[in-house]
Amino acid sequence: MAHNKFPGDRRDFLKNAALAGAGTFLSPAMATTMPSDVRSEEAASHSEVGRPGSDFMLDVIKSLGIEYVCANPGSSFRGLHESVINYGGNRSPELITCCHEESAVAMAHGYAKIEGKPICVFAHGTVGLQHAAMAIYNAYCDRVPVCLILGNTLDASLRAPGHWVHCVQDAAAMVRDYVKWDDVPASLQPFAESAVRAYKIAMTPPMGPVLLVADTELQERPVPENSKLNIPKLTLVEPPQGESGAVQETARLLLQAENPLIVADRAARTQAGMDSLIELAELLQAPVIDQNSRMNFPTSHPLNHSAKKRAAIAQADVILGLELADFWGTVNSFSPEHLTSHPATKPGTKLISMTTGDLYTKANYQDFQRFTEVDIALAADAQVTLPSLIEAVRHQITADQNNTFKERGAKLAAAHNRAREEARTEATYAWDASPVSTARLCAELWDAIKVEDWSLVSYPAHCSWWPLRLWNFDKHYQFIGGPGAFGEGYGAPASVGAALANRKHGRLSVNIQTDGDLMYAPGILWTAAHHNIPILNIMHNNRAYHAEVLAVQRMANQNDRGIDRAGIGTVMDDPAIDFAKLAQSMGVYAEGPIANPRDVSGAIRRAIAVVKRGEPALVDVVTQAR
Amino acid sequence: MRPKIRYASGLGIVVTFVAIAGLFGQTKKATNATSQTSEDPVAPAGNSIAGKKLFATVGCYACHGREAQGGSAYGPRLAPRPIAYPAFYAYVRKPVGEMPPYREKVLSDGQLADIYAFLKSQPRPKTADSISILK
Repeated sequence: MAHNKFPGDRRDFLKNAALAGAGTFLSPAMATTMPSDVRSEEAASHSEVGRPGSDFMLDVIKSLGIEYVCANPGSSFRGLHESVINYGGNRSPELITCCHEESAVAMAHGYAKIEGKPICVFAHGTVGLQHAAMAIYNAYCDRVPVCLILGNTLDASLRAPGHWVHCVQDAAAMVRDYVKWDDVPASLQPFAESAVRAYKIAMTPPMGPVLLVADTELQERPVPENSKLNIPKLTLVEPPQGESGAVQETARLLLQAENPLIVADRAARTQAGMDSLIELAELLQAPVIDQNSRMNFPTSHPLNHSAKKRAAIAQADVILGLELADFWGTVNSFSPEHLTSHPATKPGTKLISMTTGDLYTKANYQDFQRFTEVDIALAADAQVTLPSLIEAVRHQITADQNNTFKERGAKLAAAHNRAREEARTEATYAWDASPVSTARLCAELWDAIKVEDWSLVSYPAHCSWWPLRLWNFDKHYQFIGGPGAFGEGYGAPASVGAALANRKHGRLSVNIQTDGDLMYAPGILWTAAHHNIPILNIMHNNRAYHAEVLAVQRMANQNDRGIDRAGIGTVMDDPAIDFAKLAQSMGVYAEGPIANPRDVSGAIRRAIAVVKRGEPALVDVVTQAR
Repeated sequence: MRPKIRYASGLGIVVTFVAIAGLFGQTKKATNATSQTSEDPVAPAGNSIAGKKLFATVGCYACHGREAQGGSAYGPRLAPRPIAYPAFYAYVRKPVGEMPPYREKVLSDGQLADIYAFLKSQPRPKTADSISILK
């Protein structure tokens, strides 16, 4: 009888493992020496196989408090998949069925922006990761934690014919430039340690996506009976606080400034961060510019001068930048038309940087932006440093300064009120226009949601920032910032991920959804319907990739060739996409297209009623470009 | 991936070009004039209906909105009550901000006059206080 020395596939291996039964764990090396008649016996059931490694992996994932796993199914993580739904009972984590890996990662991105912690994404180590890559880059640039686990088969002798194209020697290589950390644990104990380490790294500011490869054999091989696996305790890193001397000097400069200015980008991670920023601004009576990557400062606060940022920067003599993604771009003006730049500040303005960005920089992708000359560089987390800065300001402030600041505050409040009034007036222009103006759309939406506990889960740059100009944002969860790398296709899935996080809090999630973004992976609508994720989607349907319309126009004008052909390759018309039908086909309540502004209000209110029942809804509004 | 594009309010500094009034003297008379701008003696006649169409086809709408209402992050509001024609003309031909130039080769003086007529024809909006949801 011939002996088969080389196990042909995973099935053989499982049979061998089954033979071990409750006894001694059988190593792969031992298995290769077994007689083929023994190996050809009927395969034992899964229960006889013993506890697969993926069960232990799931125990590790559960220990981290991961609530969801977003995944498009893939055979290379079938073991983990099966453990989630059967061994884990599909609860904490629950598997969320996604129609594209990019959607899965973007959902995790949006979830983390609301909940402040990561969820998992499972994907093939090859084709799945390739689909996911752009969304990972968005999360990386946005400093958002996401935990990816990739399936892969490293042992080439265990790869079935045809399976080779789904295997890779170094899965993480293609995204290593834009994940914070990755690892390929070779056995279960290292998996546990690497998973806890990965979570810890992902959650350490500046946060970011992390990646582990879970080999198929590691997932599917039984856990040795006598193994002493241990799941390490997770203790998150306390973010670094600014050096005390530099904090004192920062306070001194801010107090002595005639026109101090605070600029915040990814500063507030929670409501506490927002509250600290309010306290500091009020102590100094200093204006704040919110650069909108996070919800940093209330929109209706009298010290919010985001609407007049150019004037504020030009006037400032001290600028405190909190977690700025681009300090250089903040204090310089750059003309895309002329490719020239000039300082936006007056000569001698002192610049103070406070960011964990100085503690973590990679080489290839240039998200660190242009080098900025600053006067104080605090390599520190802004949110945890603000309380000590507030204390330093309180300690140093004089009665005279207090009086001066009150006068300054009164002027700033008046300027803020003027800006809000200007926005209200600006909104009246084209009020009755068709297509619907984005101001009208956002005003109608605000009127319908303002009595609810709402959360805007989309980035309103493409609708002229109207929500931030007209609505009253005063809670951290009411705004989640943007995509990070501005890779399109983020908006729809990230908003559904954020809505998933908002669901347990009973919040009304509102997504102003651009048409081009939704068309990247519209299957996310089905995911929302399938998992009963309540979300109000209002289409800002300008029937174009409008940013590119502008870009092509610029080139055509520059070359004196006219711009009447700028719509080629940029406009999404002829035929116009019927987003209501698209949504309805996936089980989502939908109305539209609506081009008459008078029809918007009713449609929004009917959709809200659906969302309040716990379902997604979509209203397709044909809009002006911006 | 699509880059974030920020457009500035270029027409805010248009007064720089008021001095280039000589250009305005060379503008051609538009035909089919329906919106003679009698209150502005230096503006040529233009066809506001043709101007509205041009406003869309030559791409003005892309930054300024189809009713020229503007947008904060892109082009500024142009109507109603547009700036004086000489300044308008000069800026369109040779902008200094983020707006790309529209030279005569791609937009004739007559077409520019039509667009200007369209801007002047735009009605004044209601006041914010008269719109219940803006109160």
